Order: sequence, then C-alpha cells, then structure tokens
Amino acid sequence: MSLDKDQVQHIAMLARLRVADEEIADTVDKLSRIVDFVDQLSQADTTDVVPMAHPLDAAQRLRPDVVTETVRRDEFQENAPAVSDGLYLVPKVIE
Amino acid sequence: MSGSDLHTQGLAQLARGLDSGEFSSVELVRALLDRIEAHDTALNAFITVTADGALKAAERADAERSRGETGVLNGLPIVHKDIFCTRGVLTTCGSRMLENFVSPYDAAVVERLAGAGAVMLGKTNMDEFAMGSSNETSYFGPVRNPWDLACSPGGSSGGSAASVAARVVPAATGTDTGGSIRQPAALTGTTGLKPTYGRVSRYGMIAFASSLDQAGVITRSAEDAALLLGVMAGCDERDSTSIDHPVPDYVAGLGRSLEGLRVGIVRQHFDAGLDEATAAAVREALAVLEAQGASLTEVDLPNLDLSVPTYYVVAPAECSSNLSRFDGVRFGHRAENPDDLLDLYCRSRGEGFGAEVKRRILTGTYVLSAGYYDAYYLKAQQVRQLIADDFRKAFTEVDVIAGPTAPAPAFRLGDKTDDPITMYLNDIYTIGANLAGLPGISIPCGFASELPVGLHLVGPHFGEERLLSTAHQYQLLTDWHTRCPEGYA
Repeated sequence: MSLDKDQVQHIAMLARLRVADEEIADTVDKLSRIVDFVDQLSQADTTDVVPMAHPLDAAQRLRPDVVTETVRRDEFQENAPAVSDGLYLVPKVIE
Repeated sequence: MSGSDLHTQGLAQLARGLDSGEFSSVELVRALLDRIEAHDTALNAFITVTADGALKAAERADAERSRGETGVLNGLPIVHKDIFCTRGVLTTCGSRMLENFVSPYDAAVVERLAGAGAVMLGKTNMDEFAMGSSNETSYFGPVRNPWDLACSPGGSSGGSAASVAARVVPAATGTDTGGSIRQPAALTGTTGLKPTYGRVSRYGMIAFASSLDQAGVITRSAEDAALLLGVMAGCDERDSTSIDHPVPDYVAGLGRSLEGLRVGIVRQHFDAGLDEATAAAVREALAVLEAQGASLTEVDLPNLDLSVPTYYVVAPAECSSNLSRFDGVRFGHRAENPDDLLDLYCRSRGEGFGAEVKRRILTGTYVLSAGYYDAYYLKAQQVRQLIADDFRKAFTEVDVIAGPTAPAPAFRLGDKTDDPITMYLNDIYTIGANLAGLPGISIPCGFASELPVGLHLVGPHFGEERLLSTAHQYQLLTDWHTRCPEGYA
C-alpha cells in the first residue's frame, strides 16, 4: 500500500470530504492502486519539457470591462438549502 | 411515411419529412415520447423526460414553419446529457448532490440548439459528474445497452448513446473528457463526435476537468453530426477558453472523397490488449478506406502508454478544484443538523458524492497537495506536452489517425467495478485526443461477439470537417451505422 489510513484521512480533510469508517479500508486500497498506477509517470524523461498550459497554446481571451450580469439573487437562492432575507444560512461561525 | 416508423429516421431525413409536410413536429415528438415510455423502463437512459415542454416547443416549431421562419433544426427532436444546464428543468449531473437542482439558466449548447429550432425531449442518464466509463457510477442507476441489456452502454454519456442506439431519439448531446462520447458510441453502434477543445462553448456544462472537457454529439450518422456541429460550434464570450475560429459548413464538406486521404495507423493500437474480433473489424474498415484511394501509413505515438496515467493525474486534479463549489451552502445536497461549518462541508460532500467521484477528488487533492505537486501534476503536464508533440509530428505526415475506439466490445454490468484501473484502461485509445485537445469521432465498423465495434478517427486541431467527410464517405459505402439492435426496429 503506497498510502495509509492516516494519509487518506488527512487528504479527505483537505478536500472537506467525510469518508465514513466503513468506506475507509476500501478507499485506502483503491487510492493506493491509483497512486501506484500513476507513479509510472516518473519513468518518463521530461528534461527541459515545458509543462502544457493550454492544449492549443491559446492565451486567455479578455473582454471589455462592462457590466453584463443582472442581479438574479432570488432566483438563484431557490436552489439554496437554507436562506433568510436574501442571505445564505450556515451554522454559527463566530462565538 | 407513416407515423409508426418516424423513430427509424435520422435528423437529415426527418428534416426533409418536416419540410415536405409529411408529418408535423408535434406528430414526431408524440411518436418519440411514446417510444421513450415503451423502452425506458428497461434502458434507464433518461433521468428526466420533458414531455410538456417538448410538445409546446413542437407546436411553436410547427407554427414557425407554417409562417416560413424555419431554423436549420426546426422541429427536430434532441435530448441533452444531464450535465448541460437547462433553465427551469432538473439538472442532476447523475449525482445525489444535484438531485433537486433546477438550473436558473441554459447552457450555451442548449441555447444554440433551441435557437435553431431543436425540441428537447429530456435529459439523459450519465456517470456521476461524467466520471466513469460504464454509466454504473450514476446515482440514478446504470443505463443498459440495447444490444444486450446485461451489458453497459459505456460512459459517461451512456444514456445519450443508448437512447440513440435504441431508436428512441435520433440525436443526443454528450460531453467527452477522456472518451465519454466516443467510447459509448462505439459500444452502442452509434456515431459520436468530440470536437476540438474550445470549438464548442462549455458555458453551462457542469465542469469536470476544464482543460479536457468538450461538448459534442451522438447520432446515427456522420451527416447528422455535421448538421448539429454547425449549430453548436463557435466562439462564446461566456467561456473564456472557447476559440474564435471560423465555423465551416460541415454538411457542405461531407462530399469530399477519400481519394488521396492520408490515414495514419498507430502500431501500438494493435498490440496485446486489443480484442481480436475488434482488431479484425477495424482492419477491415481500414481496407475499405484504402480501396477508395486513401493511403495507409504507420505513425508512431511513443508516449501513448503514458496517456492514461497522465489523464488520471490531470483530470482528478482539475476535478478536485472544480467540485469544491459543492459546499452544501449555495446549492446542492446539505447534510442534516451539522455540528459546525466544517461538519456541514464534510458531511454534505460525503453524502452527496458517490464512491468514484470521492476517489477522484481525493486523488486530485493528493496530487496537488504540498510536496507532491512537482512529482505528479507538473510531471503530468510535461508528459502531456510530449503526447501532444507526438500527435503534432504525426499530423505532418497524415490527415487522420485511425484505429479502434475501445479495446473490446461492451462489457457486462458489474464486470469492472471492483478495480478502478481496469475501468480506466477502457479509455486508452481515446484519452490522447483529450490531452492534446484534438477532435475525434467514433463510427460503427462491424461486430465482435454480436456487439458493435467502433472505428476511431482523430484529426488535427479544427480538423472536424475532414473527420466528418471521412466518416460520411465510409458510411456511404457500408451499412454498419444502420444496424439496429433486436427489438428496437
């Protein structure tokens, strides 16, 4: 196993992803297999190779700095799990 | 032409029937809605059927036609992969996370097709967030392959492919990040086109891996794919990676002959790992091209073997970043009674995402984490450059590269779910085009074990015209693309 349980739990915390206790063994096993698989990249000689930034070598297009969006807050908040007075509700973060 | 066989016709043929007044769009849409009802319990190709909206849109299309205002797709039915945002319609991306998400806007692809008069019949099932090659990662259950209901239709655009193959609809949109249009097209005997990266706007297409994702189509012929691409392609201000490049008349270009076409064959494509009957069908297809005056040349893609590991660094890295937007706060699944904000994030995401999506987020987080970035992500982007260079070099010698789309025909549901690597290797022939941003098409070219086989053609950037004309000329000479699975005629 190239990864252990503690490493996987650390990564899961970085990803803000709860991995249930009953899923952890399978997750460690499968992630280790994926990491072992992608490790074969280390064999490639990439001396002086410029990493790809864009598949067509295109630069990011710029647009004129003008307002194009309209406020549609109420419509967007129809998909939100908990809102009040136009605000999104989350558990208390400041004591 | 009677109403009972409208489902057998492709888009171009249906357009002629509408033009000549043989049938109306309302009659056509009703016939296909009946077809969905008759077959979808077995296929599970749809997540949402938009019957009411479809009939209203068909009525509008008929009214427009009677006034002589017809868009190029006026009244023609289409279905969208459930990754495309559709205003006022459920858009789930195959995930519990978006089980109740009703999009407040239309994706560019949806908007353009509707603008040309196309009528949406529904949203198709897919692997969760397009992460899968078998449709088995969908929260809404696997799609079944009409050629054998025990088999997978491939993925991730499996619902789109199965519904086109089963003659339920003539055409569907799809997306392709590592083969998600072309592999299911191959496994279901349909035509699947992934355009050049940036050719079609990604606006409103739920992001998986933004440097690889591209929208395309699954149809029953290259002619129909050409018709749709002409509408979908073009620059869009709202997608900063969409490219401002002229859109040719793809339909007008279909007549170009195969005479003088330089076809590249990749030796490694036929190495061990390729199913024998699949190899035989592909070789026969190459002989058909050669007999029409195309020349076959061997080309070398020395870094091809590294394309799958490269992809499984780059795609998860981008996915881990893209999917960070699902936080249980603004939209999507939210866990009940969270202890605090951290618990809200962790549990909402833990509950909302399925196992494969979680694996990819974790892989991506790992390869981007402190101390590992250079060894994995940077290294993968360097190897990606090598792979793109291999293609660039090959396209100085040939016009298209041809080979198998998938290493074997459709596999049984459940056969590859235990080992992620076995599943990932299904995309070995298709992933290179995504890494290099190239267009690719899969067309039916025969059968192996009574299941369809796909011929894969890849072209240089913006080479869709030549891919489509090559595919169309091949389809004029063969009838593989007209074969229909038993029970769906």
